[in-house]
Amino acid sequence: MSGAVLPARGPGDRLTGLFWRRPWLLLLLLIAPPLLWLGVVYMGSLAALLLQSFYSIDEFSGIVVPEFTLKTYAELFRAQNLDIILRTVTMAAAVTLACAALAFPIAYFAARYAKGPWKAAFYLGVMLPLWSSYLVKVYAWKLILAKEGILGWAAERTHTGFVIDGLLSIPGLQGSSLSTSPIGTFLVFVYIWLPYMILPMQAALERVPQSMLEASADLGATSRQTFRSVILPLALPGVVAGSIFTFSLTLGDYIIPQIIGNSANFIGMAVYQLQGTAGNIPLAAAFAVVPIGIMLVYLWLAKRAGAFDAL
Amino acid sequence: MRSDRSPLALKLAAFGGLLFLHLPILLIFLYAFTTEERSYQFPPPGLTTKWFAVAWFDRPDIWPPLYLSLKVAAISTVMALILGTFCAAAMSRARFFGRDQITLLVLLPIALPGVITGMSLRSAFGVMDIPFSTWTIVLGHATFCIVIVYNNAVARFRRLSGGILEASADLGANSFQTFRHVLLPNLGSALLAGGMLAFALSFDEVIVTTFTAGQQSTLPIWMLNELVRPRQRPVTNVVAIVVFAATFLPILAAYYLTRGGSETAGMGK
Repeated sequence: MSGAVLPARGPGDRLTGLFWRRPWLLLLLLIAPPLLWLGVVYMGSLAALLLQSFYSIDEFSGIVVPEFTLKTYAELFRAQNLDIILRTVTMAAAVTLACAALAFPIAYFAARYAKGPWKAAFYLGVMLPLWSSYLVKVYAWKLILAKEGILGWAAERTHTGFVIDGLLSIPGLQGSSLSTSPIGTFLVFVYIWLPYMILPMQAALERVPQSMLEASADLGATSRQTFRSVILPLALPGVVAGSIFTFSLTLGDYIIPQIIGNSANFIGMAVYQLQGTAGNIPLAAAFAVVPIGIMLVYLWLAKRAGAFDAL
Repeated sequence: MRSDRSPLALKLAAFGGLLFLHLPILLIFLYAFTTEERSYQFPPPGLTTKWFAVAWFDRPDIWPPLYLSLKVAAISTVMALILGTFCAAAMSRARFFGRDQITLLVLLPIALPGVITGMSLRSAFGVMDIPFSTWTIVLGHATFCIVIVYNNAVARFRRLSGGILEASADLGANSFQTFRHVLLPNLGSALLAGGMLAFALSFDEVIVTTFTAGQQSTLPIWMLNELVRPRQRPVTNVVAIVVFAATFLPILAAYYLTRGGSETAGMGK
């Protein structure tokens, strides 16, 4: 084979000939830069994280001792650190459940009833809050939840201030206002991660074939029965996919509990404080490994429950 | 037979949910005009436009973070565009061993919580004694922006028929001419959309940035500091409006660019 029929007109043509004869060469040239970047920068960093988590810190000098030890991981099991992990996981679970409950009507309506321009409006209506500035959204809630803010004003006008006071006096949820109580932290988490639950849910609901609903009706099921035994099981993979986002994002977030809440520690905050002011990078790294571990278990359970087969 | 009309309760819950997603953001706009600068009093005791002037003239501390954010977002977007497009081109071209693993690798920086990406980079800089600079921020941002460009580009590649590339080759174009005259015009809007989303994401990112910035301050970090230790609260609102616009407009544009057929524009932030 002598390559192209036409004579080569320059290096561009000669390279084209080379790519034609050896397709893997072009593939390699294309895939190498992104693979190198992600492999070196990202995987390299993750490896550095794992490595650092097996180091320890000298308690007197505060210098990192680069020797293999499990001491740092053992520190995670101290009561105060276990407390942080437990608090974060509880919050993540509560946020995930609340997101699922709030997202379902939106996703269901958008998937089954919204038509034409309404469909686009619903899509944009979920997309815009998802993408718009994270900090701006958190800040907006600071304005809402502050003692003198809009919620307090509305409660005063409608004489329902006792509801907020009642909520704030529940043991474990206390605070001087909603913005300094765990209720506030919870509300903001739900608000920020809600779109991440809606989108996969809607995608799953849209894939439920119309014919199945008709078959169910033909077999005599009431709409309630169809909903319970046809739609809900088929939507479950979407719920699980969404819950992976809401759970994982809540596990790692440290901005929201820092700005809104009673300054009780969460995993993300612990990581941030330990690497910053405390300078204890090994313990910070070990703390950062915790969400990875929890997510791996979560994904494994989701896989075992068959959540991915249906996707 | 299922009725085509939705139950009232469902409709209320759905629209209520959408309102819940949108109303809070409007408050940011209202509070930029309040005359009360020490608390978040509602309703605002008076309205004024002076904070826009104050932010522009009297707060020189806003400008350096703004420049840094723009610079980081621009560089990260360009890098993500190149790396993301390359990756999408390779993945659309062939099925090969390790393909699924590469997809996972591209997704991972977005799928794992930001605090892990941030802490990982921080440990790597620590291990290798790399001092913090603009480039350490870019390193983090470009990494999680790749997936945004990749998602948009890969969706477009999938819709692109392989036939037109062969036709171009049959007509005597070499790979570069095909890229310039056939591939690029077809990919253009998807890349523009991906680029804008990546820019918006980078401009607004705070979690990874706090780990990779050291003493430097991007606009979101400036905002975070103002949230923790406020002074002239309405000025923070003015900046918040700027940040909101800088992310909102690209998202809207990206939506219109990729509308029709491909719904992947913003999938998986």
